[in-house]
Amino acid sequence: METAEEITKEAAVIETVSEEKVKYTVETEGLTVSFKGREAINDINIKIRANTVTSIIGPSGCGKSTFLRSLNFMHDLTPGAKVKGTIKIHNKNIDEYDMTEVRRRVGMVFQKPNPFPTMNIYDNVVAGIIMNKGKKRNELNEIVEQSLELAGLWEEVKDRLKVSAMALSGGQQQRLCIARTLAVNPEIILFDEPTSALDPISTSKIEETLFHLKNKYTIVIVTHNMQQAARVSDYTAYFFLGKLIEYARTRTIFTSPREKLTEDYVTGRFG
Amino acid sequence: MNKEITVGIKEIKARKKLSDLFFENLTLVFALMIIVLVVFIIYEMFMDSKLSREIFGFGFIFSQDWNPVKDKFGALTFVYGTLISSIIALAISLPVSIGVAVYLSELAANVFKTAISFLIEILAAIPSIVYGFWGIFVLAPFMRTTVQPFLQSTLGFLPIFQGNAVGFGLLTAGIILAIMVTPIITAITRDVLKAIPTSQREAAYALGATKWEAIKMALLNAKGGILGATVLGLGRAVGETMAVTMVIGNKAQIKASLFEPSYSMASVIANEFAEASGGLHISSLIEVGLILFAVTFIINSFARLLIYSFTRKTEAK
Amino acid sequence: MEDYYLKVSKGHTDRRKLKSRLMIILCYVAAAMAILPLLYIFFYTTMQGASSLNIDFFTELPKPVGESGGGMANAILGTLILVALGSVIGIPVGIFAGIYITEYSKSIFANVIKFVTDVLSGIPSIIIGIFAYGLIVIPMKSFSAYAGGFALGVLMIPTITRITEEMLKLVPHSLREAALALGIPRWKTTLRIVLRTAQSGIITGVLLAIARAAGETAPLLFTSFGNSFWSTSLDSPMASIPVQIFNYAISPYDEWHSKAWAGAFVLISLVFIVSLIVRLATRNKFSQTA
Repeated sequence: METAEEITKEAAVIETVSEEKVKYTVETEGLTVSFKGREAINDINIKIRANTVTSIIGPSGCGKSTFLRSLNFMHDLTPGAKVKGTIKIHNKNIDEYDMTEVRRRVGMVFQKPNPFPTMNIYDNVVAGIIMNKGKKRNELNEIVEQSLELAGLWEEVKDRLKVSAMALSGGQQQRLCIARTLAVNPEIILFDEPTSALDPISTSKIEETLFHLKNKYTIVIVTHNMQQAARVSDYTAYFFLGKLIEYARTRTIFTSPREKLTEDYVTGRFG
Repeated sequence: MNKEITVGIKEIKARKKLSDLFFENLTLVFALMIIVLVVFIIYEMFMDSKLSREIFGFGFIFSQDWNPVKDKFGALTFVYGTLISSIIALAISLPVSIGVAVYLSELAANVFKTAISFLIEILAAIPSIVYGFWGIFVLAPFMRTTVQPFLQSTLGFLPIFQGNAVGFGLLTAGIILAIMVTPIITAITRDVLKAIPTSQREAAYALGATKWEAIKMALLNAKGGILGATVLGLGRAVGETMAVTMVIGNKAQIKASLFEPSYSMASVIANEFAEASGGLHISSLIEVGLILFAVTFIINSFARLLIYSFTRKTEAK
Repeated sequence: MEDYYLKVSKGHTDRRKLKSRLMIILCYVAAAMAILPLLYIFFYTTMQGASSLNIDFFTELPKPVGESGGGMANAILGTLILVALGSVIGIPVGIFAGIYITEYSKSIFANVIKFVTDVLSGIPSIIIGIFAYGLIVIPMKSFSAYAGGFALGVLMIPTITRITEEMLKLVPHSLREAALALGIPRWKTTLRIVLRTAQSGIITGVLLAIARAAGETAPLLFTSFGNSFWSTSLDSPMASIPVQIFNYAISPYDEWHSKAWAGAFVLISLVFIVSLIVRLATRNKFSQTA
């Protein structure tokens, strides 16, 4: 009789064989983050495939946001935070890059829409470009249109680009934040529960956007909504108590999870 | 449980940009400038009063002599004038301030609340020279013709209310200081009262308390913060210069009567510093300044300590 | 037995109610007492000042005793110059120190700086005057606008530091994160996102500090001293409105007194206008966030 472990090993072998040429954009090894000595995530080893949507699920406090924020140095702001292990982006250690370069290549969209309140829509989109290095006006116009188009907001705001960003609805603000992130042309975009503060219609619009973005970008999304993970992602990682419990194709996680803990969570017996 | 795995793993440190380091250190330099400034103020006061400290020693504080002609200097009369005028100010200002603060936080309708808060803000921002000027031409004559004769005829048996009603003196200085510190004490007391949760007042009402009893409970709970506000007001009164100089009478003497002219530490510096002859006179004035600094420093530190610990206490609740 | 209890309790309750009403009336009286002097000072100064205020006050030099007319033009210019000098010192130090406290300093050091800022704001202004005297007047061997401006600058620092710190704290953390996540360097985030979001609050704070500095007398008495002529040279004595008011106020001449009232009226108006601006600006701020 085969043990569960052997089955997974076998499955893993099959998977690597069939996807031998797979490209990984983000890889972590032994990633551990602690706040003032208390560990929030411990020994995370994960390889995220290029041009896929990977969702991270788990009960609150399981460390999913902590993991996400370690990928673009967001913990640098938090006093007492310590990040250990290795994070590789395109096979290069994250600390070999300049910090701002990492953040430019790894964009982030936050839980609550946070457009810059003193700027209009146009300036919000170009803020990242202008403040990194200047570009020509006509080039900027193009970028603004493209980014807003991709974020699914262009049609709604094209006639009022000079209006304050605060005049938009919550869902529009969040799409503006996506456009703002796209404008700096990242390779990876991290979404930290991007729809948890939004209504269902705005949520579905953003999910649609995610689907389009997959072709160009690698996407990692943290969500507490399992249906959303099932809808939008190719791969799913289940975190529990700061540990990565299981990481596999989304279909596998939701239909035949390997771990009992995962099964309990996805079937709603827990959390 | 996974210690053995994580121990050997190195920390990922972000590489900071040079421009970021530069900016951070630039702001640090400006912040340090404040510290350097304060240290330098203390150092300078200390060094420049050296002559006086060496000649008069500790006796300086206890001597009533102040005679630039004979080069005899002592600060006691000024310390006395400063302390007594400030105490008078607090005695008048404290009940009034608490009353206004209670009115603003518990009783007033919104329109009045905004209007009166605004008026009190302005009161706090009016230059002291204007208070002093008003003191010379309105308050002092009023004291001479009305308040002081009234006090003499009713409470004249007390030594503090005897003597000539000249208008300029300790009592007038105390009253003008009271007007000036009231906005400070009021503003902090109001904030402190606001920090007391409404639920406490509701609890008092639920037990059948009258309105005043509920307010009294809030006041008792806020007493640490109110004390802090009072001490802060005291610090302001002690350091106040122009208004006091213009109404205190500027006479270096210690008399029992509050009607008598007196002199404060800040006033003597304001009046004599620019025209001081000789090094010892200047040095003595700076030593008076040093005493004034020490007094205000102790008072203010104490006040901040009280207010900090009060806010921490209410935040913890 | 029961009747007795009720009787006592009723009398007691009445007394408590009476006391409550009395104390509340006293609170109203206190409010009136605090406002009365303000209104009195305000209207008295306005009455006295407005009647002696005319164009000459703003354009003419002071006249010697006995001659009528003249104004405080040099003192007005002097106050402007001194306050400008003070701002050059006070505004950058105050704002950058405020930025350091909120944005960069962790741990105890922020508290040390905050405490020292409190100490500085508690130092009587006359002592700042002595400090500027020792630091600038003695080495330069002359009263000067530099010394006066420096003293005003030192006095402005704690107010501006405090207001900057408080306003920057109101800027949501998420905005900093949003900017940093775009790859914007930290210093640009601070200057162009955080500071800009808080700018209206900081500007009002700076205005308040300037208005206060414009009314300061004590630190100018033996730094910028005074001058009855036009003077724009920064290394010589310079007239200022508050010092001029002081000199006129303690003089025995009615003509000078009315000039001083006009000066006092100008200072009070300045305070009033700035307070009004601050009020309106902060009210808008609250309605925006609500």
